[in-house]
Amino acid sequence: MFIEISNVHKQYGDKNNHQVDILKDINLGVNKGEFVSILGPSGCGKSTLLSIVAGLTPASSGEIIVSGKKIDKPGKDRGMVFQQAALFPWLNVLENVLFPLKQEMPKKQAEAEAKKQLQKVQLSKYLSHYPHELSGGMQQRVAIARALAMNPEILLMDEPFGALDEQTRSRLHEQLETIWAETQKTILFVTHSISESIKLSDRIIVMGTKPGVILKDIKVEIPRPRHEHKKEMVELEEYIMSYLKKEIDKVIREELADESTH
Amino acid sequence: MNPHIKRIIFFAAIIAFWYTGSKLEWWMPIILPSPEKVLEALITGFEDKTLIYDLIASFKRLAIGLGLSLVIGTGLGVLLAKSKTADETLGTVVLAFQSVPSIVWLPLAIMWFGMNEKAVIFVVVLGGTFVMTLNIRVGIKNVSPLFIKAAKTMGVTGWNLYKRVIFPAAIPYVVTGSRLAWAFAWRALMAGELLSTGPGLGYTLRYASDFGNMGLVIGVMIIIGVIGTIVDQLIFQRIEKSVLNRWGLDS
Repeated sequence: MFIEISNVHKQYGDKNNHQVDILKDINLGVNKGEFVSILGPSGCGKSTLLSIVAGLTPASSGEIIVSGKKIDKPGKDRGMVFQQAALFPWLNVLENVLFPLKQEMPKKQAEAEAKKQLQKVQLSKYLSHYPHELSGGMQQRVAIARALAMNPEILLMDEPFGALDEQTRSRLHEQLETIWAETQKTILFVTHSISESIKLSDRIIVMGTKPGVILKDIKVEIPRPRHEHKKEMVELEEYIMSYLKKEIDKVIREELADESTH
Repeated sequence: MNPHIKRIIFFAAIIAFWYTGSKLEWWMPIILPSPEKVLEALITGFEDKTLIYDLIASFKRLAIGLGLSLVIGTGLGVLLAKSKTADETLGTVVLAFQSVPSIVWLPLAIMWFGMNEKAVIFVVVLGGTFVMTLNIRVGIKNVSPLFIKAAKTMGVTGWNLYKRVIFPAAIPYVVTGSRLAWAFAWRALMAGELLSTGPGLGYTLRYASDFGNMGLVIGVMIIIGVIGTIVDQLIFQRIEKSVLNRWGLDS
């Protein structure tokens, strides 16, 4: 296995100092080049799990091994794309993509590399634009180019298209699929959208909430390009929905209960 | 109507009223001299170069004082943002000092440094430092955690994280802090000069007042106001606006 997540637990102290389980008994293996979605309702700890893989959040126990090495801090082998593009507003598009390459290679080479990545996301015409001049979808494409620029083995994506409108999201799905096919990166993709996970991934990890556990590991056998297989996609969606429904109901019930006690 | 035209009409009306009132002797010239007298005093002042020397002297002090206060303020601000202990102890003192108009330090400053420029510069430094400190502190504390996370995933840590992410992200606060520091320092400078020694705009103001040259008093007041407006509106507010815009902070 390329990524091995074994027995990962995560606990947080809540406001009454009780330990709350965010993630429990997470065991997951991911092959090199695989596109794996982590799907679950809000609050299931899927973003926390990604953050642990990124090395930004320490696990309470358990370990994560990436190509034989234990993860204890962020590294350039794992590029991350967040829900907000997190571009640096004082740098233009090219400089943002150059950011991870500075001090890594000579300036000329870095610039060529950054331009190559920006071409991949079709933003070659916007090199000198500043983030505030770009739409949300364009910003997210710059963020993807920036993550790809340091040539990571793994791309970690935390609901990267969650804040975008439907049409933009759909176009970015296609671009991401192309990039993935070209670069053969391993992608861990966190989402709460069932259709998004079906459209993109080889495998879908369905998570339940309170505590966050893995409910089901589903292999998506639908051939690509998937938009030609609408029927299978709908069937799979209904199948996954049946798993998630209980979890979503649980979240809503608890939120309503919270409401009535306040 | 164009705001510039509105403004011109407004000022023309004030000057017309001032002129008419002076001509018809609605008030004594010692209370408010006529516009011609003020203009005359300004022309004389510039011709015999008194006002030019004053401007140079005042700006020299301002440059030294403001420069020092920006440097000290930034240093203190970084310290308060990064050290919880410093924030809990020194931070309280900074807040207290910030609420004291810096001119009240002048008597003490004169005892320490003598009746000279150093005392005035000291007051100017105190005027600008703390507001800069508080802005830098907030600026560094407010850097989006997302920027820091993103930088970490790109392998940037330690001093590089400060140099490449935290300081640039705090620049809007540096600009606002500098603008406020300038405003406080400019007021402190005028007060300091008025109460101590010359040359300088504030000193000439008091000198003119002592000799009953009310034309010059008003002339100097106009110069002080014009400089303040130019620096604030034309320089700082423009920089601030473009920085806030680029940093995506304007509303």
